[in-house]
Amino acid sequence: MFGSIIDWIDQRIPMTRVWNMHIAQYPAPKNFNFWYFFGSLAMLVLVNQIVTGIWLTMNYVPSAEGAFASIEYIMRDVEYGWLLRYLHSTGASAFFVVVYLHMFRGMIYGSYQKPRELLWLFGMFIFLALMAEAFMGYLLPWGQMSFWGAQVIISLFGAIPVIGPELTEWIRGDYVISGATLNRFFALHVIALPLVLVILIFLHIIALHEVGSNNPDGVEIKRKKGSVAEEDKAKFKFHEYYTNKKDIVDAIPFHPYYTVKDIVGVVGFLILFCWVVFFAPAMGGFFLEAPNFEAANPLKTPEHIFPVWYFTPFYAILRAIPDKLLGVVAMGASIVVLALLPWIDRGNVKSIRYRCGMHKLNIAQFVVTFIILGWVGATPQTDFKTILSQITTVTYFMFFVLLFVYSKNEKTKPVPERLTK
Amino acid sequence: MMKKLIIGLFALLPSLTMAAGPSVPLLEANNDLTDKASLQRGAQLFMNYCLGCHQMQYQRYERTFRDIGIPTKMGQEQLIFDGSKVGGHILNAIETDDAAKWFGAAPPDLTLVDRVRGTNWVYTYLKSFYVDESRPFGVNNTVFPSVGMPHVLQELQGVPTARFEEVEEHGVKIQKVVEITTDGSGEMSDDEYDQAARDITNFLAYVGEPSRLESEAIGYKVIAFLIVLFILAFLLKKEYWRDVH
Amino acid sequence: MSNAPVDNSRRRFLTIATAVVGGVGAVGAAVPFIASWKPSERAKAAGAPVEVDISKLEPGQLIRVEWRGKPVWVVNRTPKMLEQLKAHEDQLRDPASEEPQQPDSSKNGFRSQRDEIFVAVGICTHLGCSPTFLQGAFGEKVEGTEDGFFCPCHGSKFDMAGRVFQNVPAPTNLEIPPYSFIDDTTIIVGVEEGVA
Repeated sequence: MFGSIIDWIDQRIPMTRVWNMHIAQYPAPKNFNFWYFFGSLAMLVLVNQIVTGIWLTMNYVPSAEGAFASIEYIMRDVEYGWLLRYLHSTGASAFFVVVYLHMFRGMIYGSYQKPRELLWLFGMFIFLALMAEAFMGYLLPWGQMSFWGAQVIISLFGAIPVIGPELTEWIRGDYVISGATLNRFFALHVIALPLVLVILIFLHIIALHEVGSNNPDGVEIKRKKGSVAEEDKAKFKFHEYYTNKKDIVDAIPFHPYYTVKDIVGVVGFLILFCWVVFFAPAMGGFFLEAPNFEAANPLKTPEHIFPVWYFTPFYAILRAIPDKLLGVVAMGASIVVLALLPWIDRGNVKSIRYRCGMHKLNIAQFVVTFIILGWVGATPQTDFKTILSQITTVTYFMFFVLLFVYSKNEKTKPVPERLTK
Repeated sequence: MMKKLIIGLFALLPSLTMAAGPSVPLLEANNDLTDKASLQRGAQLFMNYCLGCHQMQYQRYERTFRDIGIPTKMGQEQLIFDGSKVGGHILNAIETDDAAKWFGAAPPDLTLVDRVRGTNWVYTYLKSFYVDESRPFGVNNTVFPSVGMPHVLQELQGVPTARFEEVEEHGVKIQKVVEITTDGSGEMSDDEYDQAARDITNFLAYVGEPSRLESEAIGYKVIAFLIVLFILAFLLKKEYWRDVH
Repeated sequence: MSNAPVDNSRRRFLTIATAVVGGVGAVGAAVPFIASWKPSERAKAAGAPVEVDISKLEPGQLIRVEWRGKPVWVVNRTPKMLEQLKAHEDQLRDPASEEPQQPDSSKNGFRSQRDEIFVAVGICTHLGCSPTFLQGAFGEKVEGTEDGFFCPCHGSKFDMAGRVFQNVPAPTNLEIPPYSFIDDTTIIVGVEEGVA
């Protein structure tokens, strides 16, 4: 009975074929480690954002007059409204946590290198769409930080020569941030950008499954057809789409091995996530900023204004440069340069495990730089921090410059023929 | 190694937060949201002393009574002074424009004051009024300089007097309040007043996030459940991965 | 889906156990989403019991009040109207109010707590229109009955106790809301006697 229903469907859409090709018989390297949880976790958070987002729109009022009160209505009057809202606000931060770790994984294991350049670019577009989504979503509660954060970020466009001032007016639809801005941000946040995100994620996964997953050794599991002896081939059944073109070594089917492993990752993540949601949804002012509990007031700027933590590294680069236009350019460049990583890195060895000591140091300094920038961008400015942000802005870009230089004739360690355990 | 480094760095994050606080050190509120008696006293003090000027426009009476353990009927009779419906919001009759005229600025809504300012700030604020004849209402406040309201709790606390000392801050010599003492003319002793301030603070903390206790009660159950699921999922993963290793 | 041969009993047990516990979790996670559709505190406050002053209600007069967004009728029935109620019981679908369309306190011949004062939710039990009060003009709908309610949407007919006539689309009598008398001239709609 069950089988005949499956047959009936399979004759009409390729359900079983897609399941096998992309899940049950998809060859994944057998040595994925901790860092490989974050792709599936990002999907989980996306689903959480979409579902809780839909539920929040049921009671949210997208108008300058009603927005702030409607959030408090959700928090107080709607049954479990507080939980829906905290799931969404915590999910926003969690999204960036997992995406940053996911991107960092790509950096240390060279997942952006040939042939995965387009995969990396789709990822960077997802990151951009996510930043736009988060930025527009942050205006919606219509609190003080919503208002003044949007005011500052939109003013950045004013730095563009000639068209700047008119461009900012066009984005806002008014002379200041107003209900008009709120309404268009609402439309983009709940419909346009989620659609863009879903399409980009679809492309990201299609690109991934075409080139195959990288792994912590950076050694390809797909070999030239006929180059691998029968006893060395992986002992699992993979879809002929992959086996017809290549010989496959050291791989396991995604399902059940990585599905059960990802469930462990998902539940582990949910423990941390739920701890924040139920016990510390404001996360000490990191996830929900205190001034945002005050309704937007166009006549009074809060004492200190910062973007939410996930924007602060880039915001710190902006602040480090004492020139409006150059600051904006530097901030934009700090993101563009990440997208160019596949071409900046001229090395042939992917994984940090087999690259030169210089590379390890360079990545370590990049991590430290990124965290210092994040901290500086999230705290009030002092003379010391201005200098610190200028130093780290230099070291941020220095990462890419150094990589470009030493990767050309890099002295690497021998890369193993097969995956290590 | 890398993993440990990253985790360590993340653990450091919270300690780096918002390093710059207000210049006046805040007192510890030590309030307890589970202390219903304290919340009830706080509600009573709020309705009597604060609500005349400060609303709680997002919070409803009935829900408040239910959460802090006051029977609806009793609350209706003893804590609603303006004949509002018990299902209505905690409002007063002041016109915003009038208030702005009297006080220079409209008295802020206090539904979310705890979340904007922080619990310790609210507690410290209530204890930091002192006599300052140069101010329109004859008082000032150390955590809210040039505060635009009278010390409405003075009849409870007594007249608070500040002792100043000259200190140097950022190369500038300023007069700083180091101690506030009362003259004992209030209805309450110092300890009683501390408790009253703590009760109001506790009540405001409750109103700032009325779902707090419910959230934590559910949270423990959710996390306990997830730990069980984690163990099962972990065993399942190990079982399947015997094929691979 | 794996093709490697394995010993299955432990594996199957763990799969089922994880699936069942995970399923319980999914159901639990659905609770807040489902519960959030219930009437909010605002809706409940707006739907709170309403007091109705009936001191000026003339005999034969109907007043409408809003309770939970619905029209509630309060009618001061004349002795003649009450008398008529007994006359057409054979033409009714549920003359003795067997269906649970009223609180027990109104489960009687007049479907009311006090004989003359009739309180009902003025919404047809067919598809939700509000019937029209035909005072003295109901005879053309039902021979020999002077007063009643007639639903303009699909022609359902109700008598002065809100009981539905036979051969109309409405399946049951009009709903009687919970209400009580605070005193002789004030009714509170929305709460039953004893529950303040």
